[in-house]
Amino acid sequence: MKNKYSIFSLVKNAFNYHENWQRAWKDPMPKKVYDIVIVGGGGHGLATAYYLAKKHNINNIAVVEKGWIGGGNTGRNTTIIRSNYLWDASAGLYDHALKIWEGLSQELNYNVMFSQRGVMNLAHNLQDVRDLKRRTHANRLNGIDAVYLSTEEVKKFCPIINTSTDIRYPVLGGTLQRRAGTARHDAVAWGYARGADAMGVDIIQNCEVKGIKRNGDSVEGIETTKGFIKTKKVGVVAAGHSSVIANMAGLRLPLESKPLQALVSEPVKPIIDTVVMSNAVHAYVSQSDKGELVIGAGTDDYVSYTQKGSHQIVEGTLNAILELYPIFSRMRMLRQWGGIVDICPDASPILSKTSIKGLYFNCGWGTGGFKATPGSGDLFAHTIANDEPHKLNAAFNLNRFVSGDLVDEHGAAAVAH
Amino acid sequence: MFLINCPYCGERDQQEFKAGGEAHIERPKQPTELSDDEWAEYLFMRKNIKGVQFERWNHAHGCRKWFNMVRDTSNDEIKAIYKMGEKPPSQ
Repeated sequence: MKNKYSIFSLVKNAFNYHENWQRAWKDPMPKKVYDIVIVGGGGHGLATAYYLAKKHNINNIAVVEKGWIGGGNTGRNTTIIRSNYLWDASAGLYDHALKIWEGLSQELNYNVMFSQRGVMNLAHNLQDVRDLKRRTHANRLNGIDAVYLSTEEVKKFCPIINTSTDIRYPVLGGTLQRRAGTARHDAVAWGYARGADAMGVDIIQNCEVKGIKRNGDSVEGIETTKGFIKTKKVGVVAAGHSSVIANMAGLRLPLESKPLQALVSEPVKPIIDTVVMSNAVHAYVSQSDKGELVIGAGTDDYVSYTQKGSHQIVEGTLNAILELYPIFSRMRMLRQWGGIVDICPDASPILSKTSIKGLYFNCGWGTGGFKATPGSGDLFAHTIANDEPHKLNAAFNLNRFVSGDLVDEHGAAAVAH
Repeated sequence: MFLINCPYCGERDQQEFKAGGEAHIERPKQPTELSDDEWAEYLFMRKNIKGVQFERWNHAHGCRKWFNMVRDTSNDEIKAIYKMGEKPPSQ
């Protein structure tokens, strides 16, 4: 990389009052022809382009993004990273991602602020206890670190949790994955963009896809707001808008797009040094490096592309937060927002070829795609480059909805849906 | 969050209702003769339109009756509401 970030480059640029830093990625107009076009410049799309260039030596790639990179769900999620999923296929997929996270800042020469502060999942009823114990065992059989905690151990690990037995949904125990944690979401998009750009990938922002041109059963190119781009391979990584792109190609996907909300509080001093999730009462919370509490709320149950969401969803989450953490009762919330998540019937993603040659989809991450960003990019790049899935994403094909081999992860998904 | 004009109860808050997904997906007349592809299409594949979409809704915390709705999913504007069994309005 020509402009490597280091302590020396920092000192050198300090002499120029930091006025001579080069831009991290260019702002090109699209060329007429590309080998591969990635639709969607979020973390997953940029990571896909990065690994296509890095591992498969394909450099004539464009990433087209209708807004600005990382402006969709990449910049809207609650940044939780973990791999404690139930089934073998999911364990393989998410732990592959977690392993890449562990070396990502060094690899990208860009600080993604990956922090392995642990993720705790709470149990509030006997079924939760059984499910979480089962999941802990399944995780350990798959080589994923997981421990089951008693109520006292939960309290010891995170002292501000209310473990009193007379709350509406008492804490009966929990699981802990210590390797799990958080990362800086924007930095992930920027780091991958910078890395991909350095290898010749064109990142084209404010360029919306308007149509997919087909010749019979194969892709010929895409119509965009910046003109027609000829290409034989299109990888769609459009999250909540995946169905919109699929409809352009005459495909139907097993997805429903729904608003998912999150909110942050005013910044306060460090109070919670881990991530605590509770599916049963639907509350999850961590604290950002700025000091804001980062709180994930739920999805609305109707299809909507409005990036808003309903007030009662936020109210329900805050009720649960207040019962679990009475210490937060006088905190003020600073901002609230929504993102559109594409939800699969089995709460597992799709990284797959389609019935149209040269058209690939990476979608259906639903409410928990951020954690998989590096692994998703790596495996999707493999799928596009070889026209065959990697063994780690073979189970996540579109055909599973025909064969019935669903990967039911409703229990381990971030948000119950 | 928006208001929904239930055809039986009148205007109520959206949180009284349950969304029932895409409308007018017909149950296969001869289930035993369906291929796996056709089952997948019926069970899982959805239009998931950004724009005007036909949906089923249930007044779960009210009269508990089902009805149909035409709604623009890009701005949550409700275009029409009609009872089950009635013909969908032409756009």
